[in-house]
Amino acid sequence: MKSKALSAPYIVWMCIFIIVPLFLVAYFAFTDKTGAFTLENIIQVGQYSDVFLRSIWMGALATLFSLVLGYPLAYIISRSSLRHQSVLIMLVMLPMWMNFLLRTYAWMTLLEDNGMINNFLAAIGLPRLHMINTAGAVVFGMVYDYLPFMILPLYTVLMKIDRSVIEAAQDLGANSRKVFLKVTVPMSMPGIISGITMVFVPAVSTFIISKMLGGGSNLLIGDLIDMQFLGNAYNPYLGSAISLVLMVLILICMGIMNQFDEDGSAEGGMMP
Amino acid sequence: MKKVISRIYMAIIFVFLYAPIVILVLFSFNDSDTKSRAVWSGFSLRWYQKLFSNGELLNALRNTLIIAVVAAIAATVLGTVAAIGINSMKKWPKRFVMSVGNLPMVNPEIVTGISLLLLFVFGARLLHVELGIFSVILAHITFCLPYVILSVMPKLRQMDNSLFEAAQDLGCTPIHSFFKVVFPEILPGIITGAVMAFTLSIDDFVISYFTSGTTQTLPVYIYSMTRKRVSPEINALSTLLFGTILVLLLVINFSKKRSNDVKEKEEAR
Repeated sequence: MKSKALSAPYIVWMCIFIIVPLFLVAYFAFTDKTGAFTLENIIQVGQYSDVFLRSIWMGALATLFSLVLGYPLAYIISRSSLRHQSVLIMLVMLPMWMNFLLRTYAWMTLLEDNGMINNFLAAIGLPRLHMINTAGAVVFGMVYDYLPFMILPLYTVLMKIDRSVIEAAQDLGANSRKVFLKVTVPMSMPGIISGITMVFVPAVSTFIISKMLGGGSNLLIGDLIDMQFLGNAYNPYLGSAISLVLMVLILICMGIMNQFDEDGSAEGGMMP
Repeated sequence: MKKVISRIYMAIIFVFLYAPIVILVLFSFNDSDTKSRAVWSGFSLRWYQKLFSNGELLNALRNTLIIAVVAAIAATVLGTVAAIGINSMKKWPKRFVMSVGNLPMVNPEIVTGISLLLLFVFGARLLHVELGIFSVILAHITFCLPYVILSVMPKLRQMDNSLFEAAQDLGCTPIHSFFKVVFPEILPGIITGAVMAFTLSIDDFVISYFTSGTTQTLPVYIYSMTRKRVSPEINALSTLLFGTILVLLLVINFSKKRSNDVKEKEEAR
């Protein structure tokens, strides 16, 4: 079936709704209100380096925690019986069907100073903890919201590992720790890579979780961009510059990540 | 021993994943005033009653459904046609089109959101698009397209090309042979793509938030509610939505299982 022409409408669509908008972001990043070329916006982004560092730090922490929590679970699921596997994976995916705003909102109820966890602690005679509106709560929310994105690609690769490879390693004298470190982990690398990108990208650019769980004091890149476009600090020129820097930053991170992927192709992802 | 530890670990993670959902559902039945979200004061259905008399909320729900249906249909048709076209391209152009097309999937959502906002606001003079339900539909089609293409592509690749040619040799017109031969073959991919597009559209907040102007979709409405720290109506609404999805998933799974059972029986004969 030779029908290249059929892709024409899509290519037109792509130009209007993907390429032109991204060019607009770049254009706005390098112009001022009169429409003249300027580097002022990009230089101004430098003022917010603390926000960038905080976002990257929190995003990285959330990614690390998701990996540490998600890997064992994905491993356990991939080793259970086939019939249980599909049920367990559905249980992992099910929370994603409830809008993440609502789930994050529920954590507000749980974590606040007069919330359920603190009431419970007080009831059993323990001191109350201040949890909401802290940096820890934001990282916690990120881990909660994006953990399934880590588990799914990990599960997809772990499931595919041929058991005879593991048996071979055992036959050749490797203990279970060695088998895990020398066989299972290297073979699941593509899943680890795509899990990390799928958690890190949304975590580093979020603007809801920080607003809901972090109070006003834990401003992230996403909040900064939101403020420039729909917030009080209306300045689409600066907002575009911040977005451009964010995009470049994420491209660099993904470039670095792909260096670790020896096979060159990250498998897994949302669609097994 | 190992098994016990892994069971406990799994239980802990699932408690973590489901705790807020249980809380949401539980407090949708709470008979309290709006002041406290964390105190239980008896069973009541009043938040459900309030929900159905909340015109703003029902309006948002209607918008969300209209957007999701239109965007899913448009993205599925455009995406399927595009997948057929891209599939017959040579290696390098194909790679190029695919990687540009996947940008909305790879880029942070907020960047896609603001880039489309810039297009609709500053390109409005050329495009004659104002922020509202129409701009949200255009934005949703854009970010749903790569998912449709990625679900149709593998089916096209699996298909034997000679079937299409054979149909034409036997006298079918290209269009006729497409619907008789190719379409049934790639239909599962099309359906997966359509379902994904629909659910992604319903669930989307970030891109709708930037492209909707004053029009409210359900997630945008929920966002405005959470900012004002309001009422358990949200809980009632989310319980209903979650319940619907749960039932749908169970029905799909059950019917799948049944059809599998039937297949097994047939094969056993």
